[in-house]
Amino acid sequence: MEWMNAIVQGVLVGGLYALFAAGLSLIFGVMRLVNIAHGDLIVAAAYLAWVIINATGLPALASLVLVLPIAAAAGYLLQLAIFNRVLGKDILPPLLVSFGLSVILQNGLLVMFTVDSHKLHAGALETGSFELMPGIDIGYFPLLTFATAIAAILGLQVMFYHTALGRAFRATSDDAEIALLMGLDTRKIYATAMAICMAVVALAGVFLAIRSNFDPFMGPGRLIFGFEAVIIGGLGNLWGTLVGGVALGVAQGLGAEIDPGWQVLAGHLAFLAMLALRPRGLFPRMAG
Amino acid sequence: MTEPLLTVEGLEAYYGDARALHGVSFSLEPGQTLALIGSNGAGKSTLLKSICGLVTQKRGRIVYRGADIAGQAANAIVTRGIALVPEGRRLFPSLTVEENLQLGGKVRRPGPWSLAAIYELFPVLRERRRQLAPLLSGGQQQMVAIGRALMSNPDLILLDELSLGLAPVVIRDIYDLLPRIVGNGLTAILVEQDVTRALNSASRFLCMQEGRVALAGEPAAHSREDITRAYFGT
Amino acid sequence: MNDTISRFSRAAYIAMVAFALIVAALVAAPWWGSVATERLIGEFMVYLALATLWNLLAGYAGLVSVGQQAFVGFGAYVVFSLALLAGWNPLFAVPVAGLTCALLAIPVARLVFRLQGAYFAIGTWVVAEVFRLVFAQVSALGGGSGKSMPAGVVKLIAESKFWREATIYWLALALGVGALAIAYGLLRSRLGLALTAIRDSETASVSLGIRIERVKLAVYVLVAGFTGMIGALFALQKIRISPDAAFSVNDWTAIVIFIVVIGGIGALEGPIVGAIVYFLLREFLADLGSIYLLILGALGIVMMLAAPKGVWGFVAGRYGLSLFPTGYRVQSGR
Repeated sequence: MEWMNAIVQGVLVGGLYALFAAGLSLIFGVMRLVNIAHGDLIVAAAYLAWVIINATGLPALASLVLVLPIAAAAGYLLQLAIFNRVLGKDILPPLLVSFGLSVILQNGLLVMFTVDSHKLHAGALETGSFELMPGIDIGYFPLLTFATAIAAILGLQVMFYHTALGRAFRATSDDAEIALLMGLDTRKIYATAMAICMAVVALAGVFLAIRSNFDPFMGPGRLIFGFEAVIIGGLGNLWGTLVGGVALGVAQGLGAEIDPGWQVLAGHLAFLAMLALRPRGLFPRMAG
Repeated sequence: MTEPLLTVEGLEAYYGDARALHGVSFSLEPGQTLALIGSNGAGKSTLLKSICGLVTQKRGRIVYRGADIAGQAANAIVTRGIALVPEGRRLFPSLTVEENLQLGGKVRRPGPWSLAAIYELFPVLRERRRQLAPLLSGGQQQMVAIGRALMSNPDLILLDELSLGLAPVVIRDIYDLLPRIVGNGLTAILVEQDVTRALNSASRFLCMQEGRVALAGEPAAHSREDITRAYFGT
Repeated sequence: MNDTISRFSRAAYIAMVAFALIVAALVAAPWWGSVATERLIGEFMVYLALATLWNLLAGYAGLVSVGQQAFVGFGAYVVFSLALLAGWNPLFAVPVAGLTCALLAIPVARLVFRLQGAYFAIGTWVVAEVFRLVFAQVSALGGGSGKSMPAGVVKLIAESKFWREATIYWLALALGVGALAIAYGLLRSRLGLALTAIRDSETASVSLGIRIERVKLAVYVLVAGFTGMIGALFALQKIRISPDAAFSVNDWTAIVIFIVVIGGIGALEGPIVGAIVYFLLREFLADLGSIYLLILGALGIVMMLAAPKGVWGFVAGRYGLSLFPTGYRVQSGR
């Protein structure tokens, strides 16, 4: 029964991992950019929420009302000012720039907030649960996180495939040169995509911060979890990313059951196994 | 005499350090169809891409409706009424036929062309409108590419190698529709490998050779020998 | 007009001579310098070697690895295991570390080569994390908190402190100069020609019949082996090992990337310039702590935006310099 519970909890945490991964997936789909600072941006969003909550006394989740638009605006500017200047056929410049950004974020957060870890609190929502069956409790908050992940991915899918903006994203991703001929300003398209990515990052950051402690150096770990979810699920498929997140969460949960020190390692091994057996992931939709 | 719609003066274009156009000059009256002929590498596509803004390393003037657009970005030029049907179609593979056309219509300008009008011109596209673009045959893709350009109701349409990779009967079908495409006073520049077709479809022609204009004028006024000489640079 | 084709310009000849003189002076350092000087130069050599190797991988073979710390750590643990558990003289364990890392790189490559571009980078990072977490579970080697080498084993390197420091220093010097020499020799060879072709255009090189995957694997394995020896040296220097230190991204990868970015990617001279700049910055700014690291990160970004070919690339581009000629020059005769 403990194993069943480990699996169920793993499925639920998969929602959080899917939130980590969704933005990564979107940006790669639109502009073939992998932002090494993605995890650090999630942590930065958590800190932003913490600052806002301390300043305004807003409840944890409600802080999203401010965190989300600020994060989106920051993403828009980041893309315009920096990433747009290094996008191109060479993968090295964007990768190195995002690496530099990661270093700046980690050390900037350290300077501003010290190495102490913090946590956001959501009261009863955070601690409450119901019993699904004897031995398996479903926490309200993990369930809400999972539901939010589904809603976010659903929203992204609808946007991508059923709106004019999504059409612009797909066209720009296909052929940026011809997209110009359609009157699209590709620089602004990329900036808008990054803004949407940062909105999801804001969600991920706040949910992460309520679930567990956070500190300035947690970024790379979250990036790796998001990346593993994307690869396990398959490139170019957002629902696949959700499945990937769940697979990762379950692998980690089972690993933790064997030995608590094995939790993260089990996830990595599951990822490497997927890479060895099915390199394109579970539901691939595009080439790397 | 009406104002020329387009005047190109001393246009030089570069790909990196390589110069592809060496001082091209010509002008185009509204409603005219100009055939652009020449062997491979003569600079025909480069000229079209320079006009619509895809080639940015340029010197010289491109005056359209009285304004020099040589320094403008491609997404701004299309709002002024210049549309390109690219060489090799270059439809968006992730989009359906209808989505490709809709995207062409993102730039809204007054004119006769709409989704309904395109489907009337190319009925087969209405049947296939929910299919992803790459699934269509070459000829059908060409129709989508033409329709996509028309959707912005341009005043100047640039047609780059319509017949590329298409079977002769398909080429004929498309060219049969050309009068309806350029019918409403639409000005056109037509790049075409098939010299006979090109000259038959146009009121004026420009023959290019190694980035320069070798011969220009009206098709009827020049002999085959003249044109062949200009084409091959002999 | 007689044109001659040669490898060397005058600047390169002068540089070669200067280089030989500098190396000779460095070899004599244990006698004219203090232990602190030896350690500083040794550290410089280590980072020079790592940066040169990373440059070969990323700048030439197009393999951007953010996981080289996997081999640094593994090499260190090989030395440690042999010394701790089998009583080996750690010096003899160094080449073993290199060899095992090279062999280990083969299955690792088979996995991570399935990823492209930036995903490959993160994949290599994951592999390094796996190594770190696995070694943290091995209690015989100290588990998560690490262990020190027993004093008796340390003395096997050399009896006196002077000779111990000198030996480790010479090893570092050998690795630094060796990395440059190997990289230089490699790029002048046929394999190197293939690498430069790949650097300039992958598609074109494939059409020329260059077996890209083979070339990349060869470079990855070679670099891994050498990196393993650098890890072995690290074990000798520190006498104490822990998974977090041995497999640290910040110590082994972030600094190396910074050095190559500042100095210049895709040119052999780049890492030398970059290492000098890094050590100068560290000398003057390290007291600022995290702000210093912030500055490094910001500098890296500014560099990529303004001068993507680094300091050396910028200067060499202006003046046509090449100190390590790997191409050919046409000199027109009269």
